[in-house]
Amino acid sequence: MDSDTLRKLTKRAWEIRLQLIRMFAHGKAHHFGGSLSCAELLSCLYFYKMNYNAKCFDDPSRDRLVLSKGHSVPTQYVALALLGLYPMEELRTIKRLGSRLQGHPDINKSPGIEAPTGSLGQGLSYANGVALAGQLDGRSCRIFVLLGDGELQEGQVWEAAMTTSHYGLTNVCVLVDRNEYQSQGAIDDLMGIEPIDKKWEAFGWNTAIVDGHDVGEICAALDRLDRKNTRPLAVIARTVKGKGVSFLENTYKYHNYSLTEEEYARAENEILRKLEAMDD
Amino acid sequence: MIEEIREGTRDGYGRALLEVARQDKRVVALDCDLGRSTRSFRITEADPQRFFEMGIAEQDMISTAVGLAREGKVVFANSFAVFIVGRAFDQIRQQVSLARTNVKLCGSSAGITQGPDGATHQSIMDVNLMRGLPNIVVVVPADGRQAVEAVWAVYQMSGPVYLRLSRLQTTHFVPEDLPFKLGKAQVLREGKHVALVGTGPVLQEVLTAAERLEIEGVSAAVYNFHTLKPLDVELVKRMCSGFPVVISVEEHSVIGGLGTALAEVMMESVAAERRPVFRRIGIRDTYGESGTAEELLRKHGLDAEGIVETVRQVLTGRQA
Repeated sequence: MDSDTLRKLTKRAWEIRLQLIRMFAHGKAHHFGGSLSCAELLSCLYFYKMNYNAKCFDDPSRDRLVLSKGHSVPTQYVALALLGLYPMEELRTIKRLGSRLQGHPDINKSPGIEAPTGSLGQGLSYANGVALAGQLDGRSCRIFVLLGDGELQEGQVWEAAMTTSHYGLTNVCVLVDRNEYQSQGAIDDLMGIEPIDKKWEAFGWNTAIVDGHDVGEICAALDRLDRKNTRPLAVIARTVKGKGVSFLENTYKYHNYSLTEEEYARAENEILRKLEAMDD
Repeated sequence: MIEEIREGTRDGYGRALLEVARQDKRVVALDCDLGRSTRSFRITEADPQRFFEMGIAEQDMISTAVGLAREGKVVFANSFAVFIVGRAFDQIRQQVSLARTNVKLCGSSAGITQGPDGATHQSIMDVNLMRGLPNIVVVVPADGRQAVEAVWAVYQMSGPVYLRLSRLQTTHFVPEDLPFKLGKAQVLREGKHVALVGTGPVLQEVLTAAERLEIEGVSAAVYNFHTLKPLDVELVKRMCSGFPVVISVEEHSVIGGLGTALAEVMMESVAAERRPVFRRIGIRDTYGESGTAEELLRKHGLDAEGIVETVRQVLTGRQA
């Protein structure tokens, strides 16, 4: 892949972060950590790998992104706004009474949102259903599923992993946002989930472990889908919770938290400086 | 002599599922290793590709069903009532009820007449749980023929449904000429002293009870509330002005089922001086156990004799 594409995808990710912080503003609780950690993953999906027509988002042949870790839906809202599905200024209405942008995904209120998620563990099963329908109807679209690493503690994820591989749904692709933290602390302390790759492999999946902030590695892993595969693919993306804002990084404290006005300004400034450096 | 049909509502369900699947390629069925018991497996006679065995994983089944439904399939998701509603309640809440997806939840072997398997497998709270969720239509067909009508009706509407099915064998006791319409209760028998309001196959016991009461000089009307949500509120109100005594009969806990639904309407929409004496017959906040269907119905006062006895008690002013 050429370096220009990679540079653009990286920049997209940081633009997503900037808009995330702006949409969150200050004084309101938001899921900072997990929203910031998956910016590159969504950048690579929406602006590189997925096939869709942003002007016709209900086209049955489109690739779909199922956000199983529904609490990171702000990142998806920003990506969809960048695609023109929402005016940028609407992003600030998130979580307000009457807003189309609910705290967790709502298929009936929000254009571009594919799956009803929020209560964790249900996205991969949903994606399997979409893929089974595609099999019956002769559609070959891809269904990408973004899972949180804490979410892997939900038993249903593994029921679904069995189903994907049992039915040979190789057009389903899982991405695990491995940011190491969940709501109350470090995952390894609370309820260990390693070895993640070995678990997926035991359930009949191929795996790839990538740096989840390196768009080149992410795209290379996703490009494996273009080869002939007999197994579905799970991409385990090592990420940093709260990536991009120094005081939000690598802590569970900002899983769902509100910033002071001062913290908010600092966060925006850090991301702006990062974006400026990219333009140099 | 023509042999009388005796079957469970699950049997009518299986026949109708096959009919709708033959007519409409969008119809699919999922099951969790109970397809031959729930009768969902019959869809394979139309097209084996449209039956999805999900293994013993009810949560995965429901979310998968939702994915299929969102892609335009008409999805019938099957298991025993106790498992589909209990094991997958959160998936139903978030992805079926809240998201308003076109999934027909088919809970089989409902009630204590599930029988010998005992309390773990007997669903006596499923109607309570499903009634509590917005957007879900709750349907309990009374006999095999009505199950066929119910399947066609829920197939023709778009949106979530809970279809409560039973293995209890009954005749086709609902008159064939009574029209079936979702949300509209049926009068199975006219009467004037007491209204017996039932749902599901246990209505056959209710009808037998009404015949016995007739001999004792008590004229009992029998109503079939095959749709528990939305409830036929107008009929409940009319019943209250027509009868001094109303008794609900259901093979379900007295908490949260038909009796509760009737009480809600009576308390809220019927003036105090016009409210009839009201009793609920059902499972009284306890669990079932192993036994035959007949034994269990008797034990919980749900057989014809038990229903007659409750009516007698109420009419003579004794405590139920």
